[in-house]
Amino acid sequence: MSDNPEQLRYTESHEWLRQLDHGIAEVGITDHAQSLLGDIVYVELPEVGSTLTAGTEAVVVESVKAASDAYSPVSGEVIEVNESLNETPEIINQDAFGKGWIYRLKLADSSEIDALLNAAAYTLKAAEDDD
Amino acid sequence: MVQTAVGEIQSTERQRRQLPTIAQAKGPQQLPTLESAALQPAKGQSSQAPEQRGGDSQATGQDSARYDLRNIPMSNKTPLYPAHLAAGGKVVDFAGWQLPVHYGSQLEEHHQVRNDAGMFDVSHMCRLHLSGQDSGDFLRHLVANNIDKLTEPGKALYTPMLLPQGGVIDDLIIYRLDNSNYRVVVNAATREKDLAWMFKQAIAFDDVNLALLDDTAMIAVQGPQAREKTLQVLSDTDAVVAAGLDPFFGAVTGDLFIGRTGYTGEDGFEIVTPATGGIAMWDKLLAAGVKPCGLGARDTLRLEAGMCLYGHDLDETSTPLESGIAWTIGWQPQDRDFIGRSALAQQKSTGIPRRLVGLLLEGKGVLRDGQTVQTTAGDGLITSGGFSPTLNRSIALARVPWDCRPGSDCSVLIRKRPQPARVVKFPFVRNGKAV
Repeated sequence: MSDNPEQLRYTESHEWLRQLDHGIAEVGITDHAQSLLGDIVYVELPEVGSTLTAGTEAVVVESVKAASDAYSPVSGEVIEVNESLNETPEIINQDAFGKGWIYRLKLADSSEIDALLNAAAYTLKAAEDDD
Repeated sequence: MVQTAVGEIQSTERQRRQLPTIAQAKGPQQLPTLESAALQPAKGQSSQAPEQRGGDSQATGQDSARYDLRNIPMSNKTPLYPAHLAAGGKVVDFAGWQLPVHYGSQLEEHHQVRNDAGMFDVSHMCRLHLSGQDSGDFLRHLVANNIDKLTEPGKALYTPMLLPQGGVIDDLIIYRLDNSNYRVVVNAATREKDLAWMFKQAIAFDDVNLALLDDTAMIAVQGPQAREKTLQVLSDTDAVVAAGLDPFFGAVTGDLFIGRTGYTGEDGFEIVTPATGGIAMWDKLLAAGVKPCGLGARDTLRLEAGMCLYGHDLDETSTPLESGIAWTIGWQPQDRDFIGRSALAQQKSTGIPRRLVGLLLEGKGVLRDGQTVQTTAGDGLITSGGFSPTLNRSIALARVPWDCRPGSDCSVLIRKRPQPARVVKFPFVRNGKAV
């Protein structure tokens, strides 16, 4: 497993969030999550313009093994989705924290980010999962 | 060659363990006790429950009270377990066995088998040696397909084993070595109920011996290059025997049993070795360029090949006529009284309510077991669904109303939303090519 980048924030349900400029955040699933799921063959993306609430289903990730929900770490409006996942969903397997981002949203309340895990806390959580 | 082989198998069996004999009692019938290591003759205590191991099998019919499935010890290891760890296998529990689901990428392993050669540890499957003067008559009664189709020594038969009501207890492969020696392979998850059922039926026959071959490992080598790469690692004698096998034949050679069979839709071998020789065989195949493949790829390969998986596409509530395996019913000769025959004949005359079909999902997404299929003839259910790496789209097997025929359109409810799919015949893939 690759390291969980310090600059990202995490959820216990294995999503990550990267703060961009102007109250925008980018969201994906962690490398640990993709490794648990195995080869990803389809990602059901949220609709651009839809409003997500923290902790609710935002994305369905289908691997050869199973379908898994990914939840929105924070609340906000989806302003962009990673269209390249339509043709090459496996980029999540290859680069979960980078090219494998899933959607970007305009934060409804940036203070929600404070409630998310930092890299160290998430790494600990992921390690517990492995036990 | 095969005659020699049969002589060898008998001596091998004797060395391996005492062959138990099923009691010939014709009076008050008694269920013999099963032990995990060997089958014992009946000892006169009728209601003793056999030790349980294996998976989620349901006890069969009227004997269900005898078996307590709550005390299944989990996590048996096959003789190849250390090799899986060495190869980086992600080990999971499967039907009570610790087996690798993949060694990194299920997709790569799938393509490896379609394009080159891969190997699977299938030691969890239950192997039996059946012998005795009455073993042929026993099988003619026990299973729906007719072993008399096996006119040549070594030929294998795929057959369901049925309840009197026509539901499928399990699907198995029977290799006929000669008229009184057969090799039988049954599923791991149904092992105990299969053995109990076979024992119960065997009581009516005088000379039938069933021996478990638990001290063995079994490796399935599959793919277009599987035969060539396997032949490289076998001894000269064994290679001659293996090279001479036609598809769906098997033979004993030395302390090996080699079958030209599999569960992927590709050519290849299934090799049974003594347990102690399992890792050596695995390592030799590895060195010959055969890549380890996990249960995940095994499942997508068999689904593409349109092969049923017991507990999903086959179960005790559906007959072979409703499961896409009507071809396995040996109707001829008409006086062969196999278990389930009258129920099947009845269903055939009154109308078969359901059929097993293939589905191709038109759009993106993945079909999964248990999803509802909506057709103009009524609703059905996906029994095995998944992603087909060869076709790069989702496929499934589904049990639907009989009047829903291949060529028609349907919808599958994925997360409550209907998605268009096409009803097709299966297999989807054979010998590496889309069908």
